[in-house]
Amino acid sequence: MIPVIVILVYLCVIGYIGSAAFKRSKANTEDFFLAGRSVGAVVFFLSLFATNMTSVAILGSSGAAYKQGIGVYGLMASSSGLIIPLTILLIGTRLWALGKRFGHMTQVQLFRDRWECSGIGTFIFALTAAMLLPYLIVSMAGGGHVLATISSVNGAPPLIPFWLGCLIVAVVVTANVFFGGMRGVVWVNVFQTILFVTFGTIALVTISANLPGGLGGVLGKLAGTPGGALLARDRMPPETFFSYMFIPFSSIMFPHMAIMCLSARKLSAFKNTVIAYPIAIMFTWLPCVFLGVVAAAVIPGLVGTDTDTVLLRLLSQYAPVWLAGILGAGIISAVMGSDCHQVLALSTMFTKDIFSYYGGKEKFGEKGAVFFARVFVVVASAIAYVIALNSPTNIFELAVRFAFSGFAAMAPVMIAALFWKRSTKWGALASSIWVAVCVFMIGYLTNISDAIAPKPSAARPAVARGVGGRGRAGAPGARLAGGPAVAPSSEIPGIRPAGGSRGPRAGGPGGRGPAGRPGPRAVPIFPSLGNVFMRDIANVTVFGYLPVVPMILGSALLMIIVSLVTPPPSRETIARYFPAKGEEAVVPVREPAPAELV
Amino acid sequence: MKWLLAALVLAYAALHQDSWNWTNRTLVGGVLPAGLAYHAMYSIGAAVLMAILVKFAWPAELENVQPEPGVGEAAREEGGH
Repeated sequence: MIPVIVILVYLCVIGYIGSAAFKRSKANTEDFFLAGRSVGAVVFFLSLFATNMTSVAILGSSGAAYKQGIGVYGLMASSSGLIIPLTILLIGTRLWALGKRFGHMTQVQLFRDRWECSGIGTFIFALTAAMLLPYLIVSMAGGGHVLATISSVNGAPPLIPFWLGCLIVAVVVTANVFFGGMRGVVWVNVFQTILFVTFGTIALVTISANLPGGLGGVLGKLAGTPGGALLARDRMPPETFFSYMFIPFSSIMFPHMAIMCLSARKLSAFKNTVIAYPIAIMFTWLPCVFLGVVAAAVIPGLVGTDTDTVLLRLLSQYAPVWLAGILGAGIISAVMGSDCHQVLALSTMFTKDIFSYYGGKEKFGEKGAVFFARVFVVVASAIAYVIALNSPTNIFELAVRFAFSGFAAMAPVMIAALFWKRSTKWGALASSIWVAVCVFMIGYLTNISDAIAPKPSAARPAVARGVGGRGRAGAPGARLAGGPAVAPSSEIPGIRPAGGSRGPRAGGPGGRGPAGRPGPRAVPIFPSLGNVFMRDIANVTVFGYLPVVPMILGSALLMIIVSLVTPPPSRETIARYFPAKGEEAVVPVREPAPAELV
Repeated sequence: MKWLLAALVLAYAALHQDSWNWTNRTLVGGVLPAGLAYHAMYSIGAAVLMAILVKFAWPAELENVQPEPGVGEAAREEGGH
């Protein structure tokens, strides 16, 4: 009950933030979508970080570590800690400058202006929106699952059923974005990031203090068992580990991330952001991954979506109940923060790239555009809510996994737009079509290979007493195992709750089954093609690498080749986007008053 | 300088593939697995690398960019909600 109270208090705070942001809002799109490009440095960092962090960072990471071991940190966190700030520094700063100079609020506005195109921009818009929408649906369903799971005690029906949980998430998100716009969203994100960065450390300290034998004793015993493989990566395919270096390129291509970059008041806001970003990732992920491995020692035998509850189980056994409540609030804040950004990004894209571009702004003016944006927020949330309730979530979870690869493969398009004068709209179109075809092909290959996919080895029955564990399996929280997925580690590309074996060498020096045991070997999808397309428990791979690798390489190659054989934009346009040194400043404008700053 | 920094970034990216830790189960300080400790240090190193890039590769020319005529004027003119 305490976790539910903590979460409800948190939701009230979100509502208050939305109303406070509304009082400071103005009736123009720049204010609604970008908080008037006035976000200060500290809020910018906290919000940008929260934009990228979903509930996967807490529950998914510990669940994945429970199955895959410590390699999960290198797989996702330390690679992101290098690539994401790098893209923010190289791409985000340019986006900010061009957005300020030309008034862009979306990526498609930039592409249309930079390459003098219309329909191609609309195609990129459609592709981007199609890849973002499943994320919104999964987030909303995830929020419903979290509320249902946390509000259920000792096997009783949840106080907040799934449909009501989704509804609460939808209503709170809609209200926050409807009234507060970007200003409301970034204020919510501040709270979210503080929770994220501090939670893991607090949980680690608390759990280790109550763990019989201490962390050293538990891990020392684990090292002497088959589960000791979790302390290394000896069964993690190197090809998969390498492939994951490419996934973080998706970050800057997610519309909500790119739009967030446009909201900073000054360029200097990026400085501390890129420096602090790897450290914030470390503080968020390291304790959760570490505790996931500890859980494998003290709560062995979990499989499937149960593994995503390991952190909740550890807390229920080795931490006071209020900490579980804060965890619940942290997870909900992650869901809300992501949902708010996604809804706002979709609204921004539809309003700017479709409504305004095709004449709506001339007809209805700025206030009409803001009204359209707010109506769209309500409609998008309602549609996502209905789909989340009535469709199998795993379809959209799959779509989200493919979307990560899709957005990563769109990065060459953005890089070409910003850094290569000779790039053309036809190159951008070729790359975008390649991305769309690849996403569909991965889905198709995954679908046709489901029947031949290796099955995870049978799990050991859950045991209440692990290495030094107190084993209150029936305690509140332990029941969470029977609940739905809280924050599926399947949302992580390449990781699935059931088994989690990956890579072409899954059975040998490759993936693993439950709690670190080796998984079955990957199989060729088309035997006549050898190991070109392989299928393991979760993934299709290409020559052993995740599809994101050939997708990015193909996208970059097409961008280059097609651009070189097609006519470039006019000299005037190129001169506008690549001015000679000293020509950047055009017209001085007034500085915003301090009261206007976020 | 630009190429030196690019080489530094590529070299650091290569260090992410720590094949020498692949089967290392040593617990650093009796608690932290060696592979995890390495990547924790890698994250700290990434922050240092970013500080170096901010110092020597900061796009200062973008700091003074101003809106073109007409851009954002509607935003400044309309107020209230």
